[in-house]
Amino acid sequence: MASYTPTVAIDDPRTSTGGNGALPPDWGSDGGNFDSSFFDTRLRRARLGLVVGLTGIAMIFISFTSAYIVRQGLPTLDPRTNALLHDWFPVPLPRLLLINTVVLLISSVTMELARRHTARKVALAQLTSVPGVSVEAKEGISWLALTMVLGLSFLTGQWMAWRELAANGFYVASSPSSSFVYLLTGMHGIHLFGGVVALLIAGFASVLRRTADSQFILVDVTGWYWHFMALLWVYILCLLEFVH
Amino acid sequence: MATREFAAHEAHAHAAPQGFIRKWVFSLDHKVIGLQYYFLALTAVIVGMFLSLLMRIHLIWPNITLPLLGDIKPETYLTLVTMHGTIMVFFVLTTAPQGGFGNYFLPIQIGAADMAFPVLNMLSFWVTALAFIVMLGAFFVTGGAPLHGWTGYPPLSAVPTAGPGEGPGADMWVISIALFCIGALMSALNFITTTLDMRAKGMSMMRMPLTCWAWFITAILGLLAFGVLFSAGILLLLDRNAGTSFYVPLTVFSGQIVAHKGGSPLLWQHLFWFFGHPEVYIAILPAMGLCSQLVSVFSRKPIFGYKAMVYAMLSIGLLGFMVWGHHMFMSGMSPYTAFAFSIMTMAIGVPSAIKTFNWLGTLWGGRIRLASPMLFAIGFVSLFVSGGISGPFLAQPTLDIPLHDTAFVTGHFHLIMGVASIFGIFAATYYWFPKMFGRMMNETLARWHFWLTFVGTYCIFMPMHYAGMAGQPRRYSQFTELHYLEKLIPLNTFITFAAFVTISAQLIFIFNLFWSMKAGKKASDNPWEATTLEWTTATPPPHDNFGGHTPVVYNGPYEYGVPGAPRDYVMQTDPATVAAH
Repeated sequence: MASYTPTVAIDDPRTSTGGNGALPPDWGSDGGNFDSSFFDTRLRRARLGLVVGLTGIAMIFISFTSAYIVRQGLPTLDPRTNALLHDWFPVPLPRLLLINTVVLLISSVTMELARRHTARKVALAQLTSVPGVSVEAKEGISWLALTMVLGLSFLTGQWMAWRELAANGFYVASSPSSSFVYLLTGMHGIHLFGGVVALLIAGFASVLRRTADSQFILVDVTGWYWHFMALLWVYILCLLEFVH
Repeated sequence: MATREFAAHEAHAHAAPQGFIRKWVFSLDHKVIGLQYYFLALTAVIVGMFLSLLMRIHLIWPNITLPLLGDIKPETYLTLVTMHGTIMVFFVLTTAPQGGFGNYFLPIQIGAADMAFPVLNMLSFWVTALAFIVMLGAFFVTGGAPLHGWTGYPPLSAVPTAGPGEGPGADMWVISIALFCIGALMSALNFITTTLDMRAKGMSMMRMPLTCWAWFITAILGLLAFGVLFSAGILLLLDRNAGTSFYVPLTVFSGQIVAHKGGSPLLWQHLFWFFGHPEVYIAILPAMGLCSQLVSVFSRKPIFGYKAMVYAMLSIGLLGFMVWGHHMFMSGMSPYTAFAFSIMTMAIGVPSAIKTFNWLGTLWGGRIRLASPMLFAIGFVSLFVSGGISGPFLAQPTLDIPLHDTAFVTGHFHLIMGVASIFGIFAATYYWFPKMFGRMMNETLARWHFWLTFVGTYCIFMPMHYAGMAGQPRRYSQFTELHYLEKLIPLNTFITFAAFVTISAQLIFIFNLFWSMKAGKKASDNPWEATTLEWTTATPPPHDNFGGHTPVVYNGPYEYGVPGAPRDYVMQTDPATVAAH
């Protein structure tokens, strides 16, 4: 009889990129563990999850973009003349949106500073966990809090922009283009608010009995999410302003 | 083998929960969540089946008054069509194969202790469960459930005054779908991250069982498709409640001009089918993966063409995103566009044929064990072929246009998407039941269940193809008064009786399922002599799946019929073969 030929090439058991199948931690119950390889695994896993999640979010906005472009090209029937006419008139965007954009971009910078600051804190915590080593922790500006404030200012600014649009007579249902302005800014706002909530959780990490590395992972992932949201906002603004 | 002690470095990992709520309700354990999804789907399938029975009764006896339910009016019939389709597609075909078995067995088969994000996993189940409750709630609001079909075409679905059920009922329908999308997106995120990042040492991608590949590809499809449906749903909600005109053109309903203008119903169709076609594969890919697994296990032969199977699934997934237009040949699209969609659609026949021939190639010359999971797997191949073969018919605009709104299409998609996927679910249940509940299901009952269901579903859906070609329209609540369809009444009566028998046969399954949990024969750890990781652990698996150690994988998943091996198969974790090699 023929000798055994495996269906899949057998070599030494290759190590996958995986975390060796370790059980992921429960929320907030991983007290005081500084196993650095496990930390790396968790960080990598969280970042991978974020990338996958952002792909899903991107699909939502890609669909809106597609609807935006399709709707622009559609004629509508005028019941009085029975003629087809184009009813797409761009909404004059409030200037306030530019200020909001600047606020959001600055918040992206502070977010990055917060991310790096937290990373240093984790590194220090690992040092101080070694008996006999003490490092004086320097408490600077809370970049995290600043980012949160800037994020909330952006959302308030968006709300004021909505009010301004409404004051000029552009409501959700006024015209096809105004529908899209509210839709895109609104959906972006909801997503950014999710980021603010994540920052809030990260800020209260000690109250919620999360460890420094759990906090860092949350800040890190929220940081990348935040940058994505800033980029997405610039994209949306360009779409609304330039694509007619 | 399975010691329940944790290794020191895993002491911080989440321990087995003790209280009932944390253990069975808001559980973080992927196995419990898998079971929750499974039983959600079981509840949904019972509701969906009941609705289909009412439809079949109405079609042949349109004037009958049913006890408790009264008359079925034409609009009630459309409600039944809508809710049957929606419940079956979302809460059964999407929920059970991926959410149920995928959740339970993906981590075990790749040697992980849980999904990557257990909290997210719990959330995705509960959002899905909430979506189901909201969906059922649509029956009980003023006006009842919507009647716009599972595809929810506007303007019917977008104007609350368009018909009974299009008021609050339709709002609940859209909200339920949007919630379902959120749940599905979270679940897809978890599946993809878990597959990429949690594989045990030695479990390279190309050593994963084909079931894992199928769940992985399904998750990618879900990630890309459900976001689009979610967006479409948000636009629909705005049209319904905020007065926008994304989908509604200037039109007249019941003599009243609507307050919308300029929207495009076709925009919805594009967005919906960009989701809708991949959804077909979301429903059937897990069944394909499982079928590949079972055909190999029960033929005691390696799967024929493992890599070809993987690449075929990947190309089915990829092509699935390029063919949505074939659902819209009736929309007045340019013949050139239709031609492109048609060619792409027929191209899917190639990877589908590769899969089918590989299944047959695996069966060829195998020492076949016709246990109940194998019967359902072979049944799946049969249904996949006979349901799939009408696909290339419908992929051609010239044939699709006369057949599109007839029972032919009903027969086609029920065989391929409905029954074939359901056979996958049945096969998975019979195959994994011993691992999940520690007992075997009754084989005699399983055989009765198989033959009645197999013959029954063919009796229901095959004649529909003929009825469609003879011109019987679908979605019509009543055709018995149409002179040209009179000759089809006996055929339809036959279908209805076949439906009675087939649905009754499902009672055998449900009885077997619950009876076997309590009184089935005790199962060993590896009753089917299979090689994948779930069969190396205890039955049922402990909280962390492998009892404190993580498996190391040395072999591919389909080492059956191995000459010279002590048994005729080599477990994925057997290091001995490496030494011998």
